[in-house]
Amino acid sequence: MKNVLQLLERSASRYPNKIAFADESDSITYGEMQTQCRQVGSALASAGLCGARIAVYLPQCIQSLVAAFGVVYASGCYVIIDRKMPAARIASIFDTLRPEAVLTDAQGAQDIAQTGFSGSVLDVSSLFGQEDDALLRTLRQNQIDTDPVYVLFTSGSTGVPKGTVISHRNVLAYSAWFCEAFSIDDAAVFGNQTPLYFSMSVSDVYGTLRAGATLHMIPKKLFSFPVKLLEYLNAREVNTLYWVPSALCIVADWKGLDYVPLSRVRRVLFAGEVMPARQLNYWRQKLPQAQFANLFGPTETTDICCYYVLDRPIADTESVPIGYACDNCECLILREDGTPADEGETGEMYVRGSFVASGYFGAADKTQSAFVQNPLQNSYPEPVYRTGDLVRTNQYGEMEYVSRRDFQIKHMGYRIELGEIENAAYAVAGIKTAVVLYAAASDRVVLVYSGKKMDTADVIQTLKERLPAYMLPTDVVRVREMPYNANGKIDRTLLREQYAAQ
Amino acid sequence: MKETILDILAMVKPGVDFTAETAIIDKGILESFDIIRLVSLLSDEFDVEFTAAELVPENFNSVDAMERIIRELED
Repeated sequence: MKNVLQLLERSASRYPNKIAFADESDSITYGEMQTQCRQVGSALASAGLCGARIAVYLPQCIQSLVAAFGVVYASGCYVIIDRKMPAARIASIFDTLRPEAVLTDAQGAQDIAQTGFSGSVLDVSSLFGQEDDALLRTLRQNQIDTDPVYVLFTSGSTGVPKGTVISHRNVLAYSAWFCEAFSIDDAAVFGNQTPLYFSMSVSDVYGTLRAGATLHMIPKKLFSFPVKLLEYLNAREVNTLYWVPSALCIVADWKGLDYVPLSRVRRVLFAGEVMPARQLNYWRQKLPQAQFANLFGPTETTDICCYYVLDRPIADTESVPIGYACDNCECLILREDGTPADEGETGEMYVRGSFVASGYFGAADKTQSAFVQNPLQNSYPEPVYRTGDLVRTNQYGEMEYVSRRDFQIKHMGYRIELGEIENAAYAVAGIKTAVVLYAAASDRVVLVYSGKKMDTADVIQTLKERLPAYMLPTDVVRVREMPYNANGKIDRTLLREQYAAQ
Repeated sequence: MKETILDILAMVKPGVDFTAETAIIDKGILESFDIIRLVSLLSDEFDVEFTAAELVPENFNSVDAMERIIRELED
């Protein structure tokens, strides 16, 4: 296979009448999906938009997938834009991306007008005409597997979004591992939580297409109402979850599974942030029949580069390992000087293999600093991705996440990983979520938590049981609720501004 | 009690007139994390404990509905 559309086409020929994707109000079969995507592709190509970069600006719904794959049929690459993104941020992405067109609806066209975009803005509903088989065939013949399939923008540390360029080969290699590792077959029914502009959705969408499975997009509003959420999963006969830990924690914190059991669920996968062991144990206890796995990786390795299938009990106070490299992928743990770290020694993770993205769009300098020559050999060019994540192996030989390289701080002369303090905080009964920040100017370590109101002295006392004195937070702040960003992850940038700016 | 609920709603989402609104959740006026925040503020203010069973849209669509469920939980 050289093109991701072959995944769709194979499933369309095997299961033409099976539901491929469903949102709250609509559903589409594999056969219909293929036809509609080919129609959109034909319309785009005959309008001269072949091999183009095209932004898709639609609500999270089936139509956004049809638009995206329509772009791919026209041999282009798609860029999913968050419908809630402020106009200024869209403008900043468009400055870098210079898209040839935007696919949207009537309301979206008004938003796009506010960004100052001057290219063509097309209403998707106007693109369902005749299929031009000859044209699509020619376009396919001329494509190769290193062509980009999408560009995914994530927030850069400087505030300018970075667009990771992902190729057909990346998605094909990645989705092959994903389906193999979790035995995703045509009986899988995904309950999709992550939005399409977030790399985790790549596993849901392409896992579905590859296996001929079914994906249900869960309405975002249900994540406020655990009982309704779980009832929706049962009504849609969902058996596969791949969610951010915050979403799983909502169910656990409200003890949702005490009210609505999920008897069908066979896989509970999570990634994107640290999964607290206490909430994980609630899920494991309620769903003893299911497979649980912690997945880890950046957008730059398509979605994931290593994973850990939970095969032993994890104490509430332990951190969940990130396990082993995915098949067909290698994770190197290197010291600062580029030599391999010893067993148990903390080092930075580098990733090599077919999951590694081509680079950042229109950002040669950022690409060069993150996609570097393999430090272990210099006999031929071999770019590897430098993750910026510090990891180490534990007594079982599994990899454990330590923290971001940028979170490694020097405090009172010691090198400290803020993530270790966070892990310790999660073990304090009463703390639901914890974030540890470092205010460099004043050399203060700030623990921000949500949960029960507690005396700072009591929190510190409990932390003392797990941390050496120099790692204890200097400040403890309780917030009523953690702020979350658009992806549903804790908004650390905002917290840093509020509590660690000085 | 209504006034206090309205004050809390104004904290969660300023600039909206919630007084006569009957579809706060259904219309999407409050979304995901707003709702979690609202529930935590209400439980702190009125010293009640919501469980997952009470955490359904029907109980939060209007100020009246919120008052009703809080009174039920107080009993």
